[in-house]
Amino acid sequence: MSGRVLVGVKRVIDYAVKIRVKPDNSGIVTDGVKHSMNPFCEIAVEEAVKMKEKKLIKEVVAVSCGPQQSQETIRTALAMGADRGIHVEVSGKDYETLGPLQVSKIMAALAKKEDAQLIILGKQAIDDDCNQTGQMTAALLDWPQGTFASEVSLEGDKIKVVREIDGGLETIKINTPAVLTADLRLNTPRYATLPNIMKAKKKKIANVKPADLGVDLTSRLEVLRVDEPPQRQAGMKVETVEDLVGKLKESGKV
Amino acid sequence: LPSLTMHPVMMGLFQRALRLRTSLRHLCLCSTVSTKARLPLAALKSPFLNFGSCREQHVGAVGSKSLPDGAPKRLPFSRVTKEDVDFFKKILPGRTITDPDLVESSNVDWLKSVRGSSEILLRPQTTEEVSQILRYCNNRNLAVNPQGGNTGLVGGSVPVYDEIILSTSLMKNINSFDDISGILTCEAGCVLENLSLYLEDRGYMMPLDLGAKGSCQIGGNVATNAGGLRLLRYGSLHGTVLGLEVVLADGQVLDCLSTLRKDNTGYDLKQLFIGSEGTLGVITAVSILCPPKPKSVNVVFLGCETFECLLKTFQLCKGMLGEILSAFEFLDSECMRLLNTHLKLANPISDCPFYIVIETSGSDPNHDSEKLHSFLEEAMTTLLVTDGTVATEEAKIKALWSMRERVTEALTHDGFTYKYDISLPVERIYQLVTEMRQHLGDRAKSVVGYGHVGDGNLHLNITSPAKDPSLLAAIEPFVYEWTAKFQGSISAEHGLGLKKRNYIYYSKQSQAVALMGHIKALLDPKGILNPYKTLPDKLR
Repeated sequence: MSGRVLVGVKRVIDYAVKIRVKPDNSGIVTDGVKHSMNPFCEIAVEEAVKMKEKKLIKEVVAVSCGPQQSQETIRTALAMGADRGIHVEVSGKDYETLGPLQVSKIMAALAKKEDAQLIILGKQAIDDDCNQTGQMTAALLDWPQGTFASEVSLEGDKIKVVREIDGGLETIKINTPAVLTADLRLNTPRYATLPNIMKAKKKKIANVKPADLGVDLTSRLEVLRVDEPPQRQAGMKVETVEDLVGKLKESGKV
Repeated sequence: LPSLTMHPVMMGLFQRALRLRTSLRHLCLCSTVSTKARLPLAALKSPFLNFGSCREQHVGAVGSKSLPDGAPKRLPFSRVTKEDVDFFKKILPGRTITDPDLVESSNVDWLKSVRGSSEILLRPQTTEEVSQILRYCNNRNLAVNPQGGNTGLVGGSVPVYDEIILSTSLMKNINSFDDISGILTCEAGCVLENLSLYLEDRGYMMPLDLGAKGSCQIGGNVATNAGGLRLLRYGSLHGTVLGLEVVLADGQVLDCLSTLRKDNTGYDLKQLFIGSEGTLGVITAVSILCPPKPKSVNVVFLGCETFECLLKTFQLCKGMLGEILSAFEFLDSECMRLLNTHLKLANPISDCPFYIVIETSGSDPNHDSEKLHSFLEEAMTTLLVTDGTVATEEAKIKALWSMRERVTEALTHDGFTYKYDISLPVERIYQLVTEMRQHLGDRAKSVVGYGHVGDGNLHLNITSPAKDPSLLAAIEPFVYEWTAKFQGSISAEHGLGLKKRNYIYYSKQSQAVALMGHIKALLDPKGILNPYKTLPDKLR
């Protein structure tokens, strides 16, 4: 199978950063906070670049939906080996309410416009943990989906996908064009090497508006309130076994 | 010479020290001759030169309770009696530890290379308690070994014999932090990493960082004038420590805990204690100036073909990244091999003879990344650097740093390690590694070089499957003589401790060492504070 692969990359708050809730509980603080590429999206990019290195596909196009800063995320994908990028500009209120439904509509529209044969996404984003975009995109395009992929092999015009499921591993074979979502064990993303970082600066990032793709960004969801998880209560130290049993009885646990 | 009323033992030693000076002038002449020259037999036999026993400084196979070989003889301190234990139990209830299993870990150093036979571990919580302990020990002539995180690499943090271990681990309060000036005041037992976390929450950071940060304590850092990865940017503890509270050998509390940035009123006493390795006083509190936490940190991992390219990269780096450069470290391909083999850490880039870790810290991500990218482009187009990668996300930054920070750990898996921490003119740094490799041939398993090349500090490490006296004989005094030849330091940042105390003359004039002896005698006439460490045997 040759052709074009679209890889979705999302700009999220870096996973090592401590999250703080806004004082008015309307959301989390994002200003001045370190952002980076969603780890599962990194794995998706790595998989696409690997396929290109094996000459199984021709071109890797990195796509990100968001404000100006999303371009940095696309640059990272370019430095890892993607050929070009598409920045779908969404900012302000629209960006705050942007969710899997809108993104999957955008991805579906782009797939048609770019004549893509394969879409690879991360299985979920670490900020909202929705795990929906891949599945919705496949449904909108009426394409088969290989989600939670821990192993992918292209066999002619079919794809064999080993999926991580609750009971273990499930192997399926799907037709192309298809949507894949990457799980943790699919691969180990490469470090972007300097020569590639330099090359990436010259690669093109096209700018597109959702309206140009005929996508309506209205959200059907409204966030009412965001709260921090309850503080962990300190435990209690006891000196003897008798104390322990006594306390357990007191609190009604025994 | 100042006339001091000295302990009679000290007087005798002091006079011997005068004779030592003459003998050593003779020795210094010898050591500037080629390393292959034999020292005159008479000199070797002289009791003052003691170079025979220097070879056996890696004392005591762990596990042996017998007299450590090559160690100094036990000085005539008193031995701990039941009355002493009762006294300590009274002032430190529940914190006077005599159970051998519990004392054991404080008797052995981190490298598991030296072991003492102390039977008592004290854990004071306040300066007053430390004062009471020292006053009592001074009166009773009991030796004391101050101990912080016990992460030192020269055997300075554990007892040699039955010295009482005085641990600062329970003195871990942060007293105050001024977020306008960035001045932190805390007790000596605070773990460095905990201080970093505390400060990071407030937009600041500690001015020093080392691999042992999860265990080392600030009191110990100050007592050893710890260097580390950020010295290049923030300077040494001699500059960043603003004040100290120290308990002297006789129990007096010396309060120099100032929080002033500038104070030129009299002699700056705290400087004496910084780097004194616990031999002049026990540090109980520290006030330190902390820099603001940078908003933007980048870490770059580069590969170079030759050490010359590495040095040119350093010059280019200083020129183009100057104000934002916060670390410049190197490791060689042997280090990478050990990281791959023992810790299963994969090389982030392709295999190269030399690797550099560069860190930039600044207040504006755009400004810093622009500067960094110009520098990287220049380095790549002029072929100074053959490969590399950049990280801005915390997880990747940690991963790249671990390639440098975990070399010490990887070495412990390679066998018995002989560690040398040398300061040299920067262009000579790798020459010592190559010459050592040639000199040792197959006698050594691995010979690696890494370190703070930006500060001219090499960590030369040699491994062998087991402790090997003949290998040690080949390494020492070759390495020290080589260092002395280029006016380097035989201990750049690790200190002298037990293992290197007798090599001080390779890097310091005997007059200077004699003056150190006077100061020691003045502040600790009975010599109870961390005996057998830092100053050479023949000066006692």
